[in-house]
Amino acid sequence: MAAMEEIFRGAWPVVVASTARLTGDLDLAEDCAQEAVERALRTWPARVPDNPAGWLTTTAHRIALDRLRREATLRRKLPLLVEPAGGGDETEPTDPLRLVFTCCHPALALESQVALTLRLVCGVDVAAIAAVLLAGEAGIARRITRAKQKIAAARIPFRVPPDDELPARLDAVLTVVHLVHTAGHRGSRTDLRDTDLTGRAAGLARVLVRLLPDEPEPRALLGLILLTEARGAARTDSDGDLVLLADQDRSRWDRALIRQGLALTTSALRHGPRGRFALQAGVAGLHAMAPTWAETDWAQVVTTYDALMRVWPSPVVALNRAAARSRLPGADLAAVLREIDDLAPALTGYPYLPAARADVLARLGRPAEAAAVYDEALRLTANPVERRFLARRSTELAARSDARPEGRQSR
Amino acid sequence: MARYMFLMYDVDDGFDPADEQAVLDEMRLHEEFMAAVSAAGASILGSEALEPSSTASTVRRGGDGALVTDGPFADTKEALGGFYVIEAPDLDVALRLAKICPAGNIEVRPIMEMPDDA
Repeated sequence: MAAMEEIFRGAWPVVVASTARLTGDLDLAEDCAQEAVERALRTWPARVPDNPAGWLTTTAHRIALDRLRREATLRRKLPLLVEPAGGGDETEPTDPLRLVFTCCHPALALESQVALTLRLVCGVDVAAIAAVLLAGEAGIARRITRAKQKIAAARIPFRVPPDDELPARLDAVLTVVHLVHTAGHRGSRTDLRDTDLTGRAAGLARVLVRLLPDEPEPRALLGLILLTEARGAARTDSDGDLVLLADQDRSRWDRALIRQGLALTTSALRHGPRGRFALQAGVAGLHAMAPTWAETDWAQVVTTYDALMRVWPSPVVALNRAAARSRLPGADLAAVLREIDDLAPALTGYPYLPAARADVLARLGRPAEAAAVYDEALRLTANPVERRFLARRSTELAARSDARPEGRQSR
Repeated sequence: MARYMFLMYDVDDGFDPADEQAVLDEMRLHEEFMAAVSAAGASILGSEALEPSSTASTVRRGGDGALVTDGPFADTKEALGGFYVIEAPDLDVALRLAKICPAGNIEVRPIMEMPDDA
C-alpha cells in the first residue's frame, strides 16, 4: 500500500499536466487523474503493471477522451490555452513544469496559488488542504474552482514562461513551494503527518531542480528544505514539547540530509548573484555546521542576513538579523532591543516579534517584563506546541522575577 | 486570440480640456500605447474616454421600480475614466500591455466568449 501511495504521488503531476495539455481542461484533468488512481487501487492488488506511472497516464487520457466524446455536444467550455508542444506525445517533459507555473500565476491570489498547487500538483485532497491552511473545506473548494475558472476565462497560458519572464515567475513558484513546506513544518495540527507536506514540498523542489538545472534558486530552496528537515526529529522532545535550536540535541540531526542540503546550498551560493533562497539556505547551513549553539559562526550569520536584506528587504528578515546580532560576542543587548522595538509597527500580530523581544529582555535581566511579553506572543499563537513552549517560558520567568529581591530589578 | 477590456481608473481631478499642452501630452501617451499594442502582436478593437464621473447618473432597479441618483454607481476616489478593448494572445501579453497603459489603475477583464463566436 505504501509503495502504491508512493507511485501515485510521483506520477500525479505528470498525469494531471499531460491530461490538461491533451484536453485543454484542468477540471477534467483533475477528475480523470483521480479516477485513474481509483482504478489502480481496484486492479493493482491483483497485478501491478510493468510501468505503473505510464499506466496511470494512459488510463487518465482514455477516460478523458471517452468523456469528451460522450459530452462533445454538451461542452461549450472555454479550453485551457495550451501553447503547442512538439509532437502529439502522450507526455512531454515540461508538462509538470507548465502545470506548476500555471497554478502559481501571479494573476491568482497567493492563497489560491497555494491551494491550487496542493490540489493539482501534489494531489492533496480538499479536506487535507483545508486542515493545513486552517480554512473551511467549502471555502477551499470554492477558491480552487474560482481559480480554475479564472485560468480558463482570463486565458492564463499553460506554458513555461519565456526566459525574460522566468526569474520573476520562478520566484512566485518557489514562494508557493516554500509556503507549502512552512505549513507542513510548523504543523499547526497534529494530523499533518498524513499529508506529509514537508515531503511534498521537497518533492516539488526536486522536480524544479531537475527541470531547471541551470537555475540556482530551486537548488537553494531544496537545500533549505533539507537542512530544515534534518533538524525535524530534534525539534520536539519525548513529550512533544518544542526544543529551540539552542537546546537541540545535535546528535539527533540527520547527517545525510545535512550533507545533501549543504552541497545544494554551496552550489547555489557559488552560482552567480545570490538569491533570497540561497541566502536563507546559507543561514540554515551555518547552523547545521555548528557543533554547538555556542560555537555558531554568528558573525557570518549576521553578514548573510545583511546580504539577504539587500536582495529581500523585509521586516521579518530584519527581526532575524536582530536576533542573530544579539548572539554576537559582547553584543549591545539594549541596542538590539531598540532595533526590535522599531520593527514592531511593521510586524503587528506577528508572534515571533514579542518572542524575540522577550528573549532579549530575559537576557537583560528583566524577567518580569520578559514574562509579560511572552504572554503577548502566546495570545498571537495558535500552534499548540508553540503555545506550550511560550507558556512554559512565561511561567519560568515570572517565578524568577518573584524570587528576586525588589531592588535588583533592573530597569 | 482573446479579448480583454482595460478599464482605466483615475482620480477624477478635472483634466482641463482647454489646456492644450495637457491634451497633447495625454494624446501622445495614448499613441505610444497603441504603437506598443501593435508591436506586441495585439490589436485595439475599441476605446473611448468618458466624461468625469460627476456627469454620471445611476439607475438602481429594485422591487419598487427604478431609482435615479446623481453620480457614479461606486463613489470612489478613483473613477472609471475610459476603456480599451484589446485583442491579445493571452493574459501574460495583456498584463504586459496594461502595465504601460496610460492610466493610474487598470482593471483587466476578459470578455466573455460566446460559443457561436468561434
